[in-house]
Amino acid sequence: MAHPESDVVIRVRDLVVGFGRTTVLNHLDLDVKRGEILGFVGGSGSGKSVLLRTIIGLLPKREGKIEVFGVDLENANAKELQAVERRWGILFQHGALFSSLTVRQNVQFPMREYLDLSERLLEEVAVAKLEMVGLHADVCEKYPSELSGGMTKRVALARALALDPEIVFLDEPTSGLDPISAGESDHLIKTLQRTLGLTVFMVTHDLDSLHTVCDRIAVLAEGKIIAAGPMSVMLASEHPWLKAYFRGEIARISRN
Amino acid sequence: MYPEWGLNEPLLQSTVEGERLRLAAAGSWTVDHARELEPLVDEAARHPPAIRTVDIDMGQVDKLDTFGAWLLERLRRSLAVEGSEARIVGLPDSYRALLEEVQNANSGRAPPNPGGGGLAGALDLVGRTMAEVGDAFLVILEMFGAVGMSFVRVFTGFGRMRVTSVVHHLDRVCWRAVPIVLLITFLIGCIIAQQGLFHFRRFGADIFVVDMIGILVLREVGVLLVCIMVAGRSGSAYTAELGTMKMREEVDALRTMGFDPIEVLILPRIIAIVIAVPMLTFLGAMAALYGGGLVAWLYGGISPDIFIARLREAISVDHFLVGMIKAPFMALIIGIVACAEGFQVKGSAESLGAQTTTSVVKSIFLVIVLDGLFAMFFAAIGK
Ligand SMILES: Nc1ncnc2c1ncn2[C@@H]1O[C@H](COP(=O)(O)OP(=O)(O)O)[C@@H](O)[C@H]1O
Ligand SMILES: [Mg+2]
Repeated sequence: MAHPESDVVIRVRDLVVGFGRTTVLNHLDLDVKRGEILGFVGGSGSGKSVLLRTIIGLLPKREGKIEVFGVDLENANAKELQAVERRWGILFQHGALFSSLTVRQNVQFPMREYLDLSERLLEEVAVAKLEMVGLHADVCEKYPSELSGGMTKRVALARALALDPEIVFLDEPTSGLDPISAGESDHLIKTLQRTLGLTVFMVTHDLDSLHTVCDRIAVLAEGKIIAAGPMSVMLASEHPWLKAYFRGEIARISRN
Repeated sequence: MYPEWGLNEPLLQSTVEGERLRLAAAGSWTVDHARELEPLVDEAARHPPAIRTVDIDMGQVDKLDTFGAWLLERLRRSLAVEGSEARIVGLPDSYRALLEEVQNANSGRAPPNPGGGGLAGALDLVGRTMAEVGDAFLVILEMFGAVGMSFVRVFTGFGRMRVTSVVHHLDRVCWRAVPIVLLITFLIGCIIAQQGLFHFRRFGADIFVVDMIGILVLREVGVLLVCIMVAGRSGSAYTAELGTMKMREEVDALRTMGFDPIEVLILPRIIAIVIAVPMLTFLGAMAALYGGGLVAWLYGGISPDIFIARLREAISVDHFLVGMIKAPFMALIIGIVACAEGFQVKGSAESLGAQTTTSVVKSIFLVIVLDGLFAMFFAAIGK
């Protein structure tokens, strides 16, 4: 890769994002390194989804610079942009499955667009991906409106992973899943990270995921990253919010 | 920008060593090469039948992802079906876990891709469509009944009349529709007058244009045009709104809170449209008469005085009433169809679109059918 510091796949500098008169992200800096799983936490409404959507170019920014794979998305031409989009997969907070397509077609959709594969291989890979995220092949012909919340999340994960991307952005991938399925999803993400060198940007409130799969955790509050580092750093922190989040009652119960 | 590992062509070379077949894999077994890789894998699975053991040497593979891992698993399975046992050797340890992930994939029979076809398929389609047509009328009747019940409940004091909601919908359906209704009916009035003058002039019957405009506009054109516009403008909006609310479970939420969706969502909309259409019809008819009079004056030389005098002779209050009586009934049909179709929306965006189209087409069709029935009725009572 041409970029001198190819270690950093997502680089956010001095980012300001707001709506109308409110500022949601205020001069925020963030680096995500190649091959790491970054857990992203913050209170509800603190702007986690807004940051994710700004990085992938869905929301306009007021100030700052965002580079993904060393490409400045604002100044990239259509071809560069498509090359980047081909290499990331996104799981939206509410799934964002295509409601007019079946589960199978949803997963095959990006493959049909970007790859020229035989029908048989498309079929097999789509089913394999669905099974890898813990779904049964029976759901293939269902429509998104016929799925439960947790199933929707899993189909969305399968679709995000359809092209074996290098980065996946996951917005609360395990919310709405039972703890066993959540654990399976975490296991899959960890496996893919180990074997494919996947970089994961994961917004989550699941303390189990944060403990077991995340290499690093970044905390968003008041429009800035107030702390970033491995779990041990979070646990040692004396910041009141971090203390309440990681060492509060719930955290203690779920850890014991 | 290309993936840095996307450069090496995948390879799969087979060599027979006595009793044993050696498949040497190399290159990138990744998504970008899946297309070239698949034929190689299928080719390798067809080997001389005598061979019982196969070694797949993955040592030279520089990159593997789920596509490559699945193709490797597929190769192993096809070899197993042929009765030979495949061993995978030399696979870097880091890829073991990936292979395990795909090991259990596609083991069950995936449900076949459904695909109709042939004569049976066509007949099936015809049958289903006919059944749907029947159901569609039942749905409208059902909505009619539900709205009627709700109306009775509200006026006997068991339900509550949502006045704010009615006013809000009146604003959207009536007030905001006034400019476009005036414009279009005015233009149609002009066109009718011009056409009439052009053809009547040949046998010196210019003045009868006034009769034609008056009767046509007041009895038929005014109300029909307004209904078609309201169906396209407000009926479609009703269907789309209610359909989206249904899709997002908002209707279910209302119901669980003890609200009757018919009373809260549908009744105010229908009352609004039933009030709006007669008002718009009146305005539309006046605009069309104005347009007709204007053209008759400028193009036909019939001065406004003569036009009005002639109009007074040609038409009676009956003509005006015929148009106005039809308006609320047609409005009721548009409202009922739009709301019924909205509640028929299923989970997908496509069904929302389909239902909105159906709503407009069906309500315009029914309005015209009703107009025909009214024509027969008024002819029978001699009006
Ligand atoms: N499209 C939008 N228009 C206006 N405000 C928005 C929009 N999207 C998000 N916000 C606001 O930005 C803030 C952060 O939202 P979000 O990133 O979704 O929170 P979370 O951290 O829970 O994902 C919230 O206060 C929300 O109200
Ligand atoms: Mg969010």
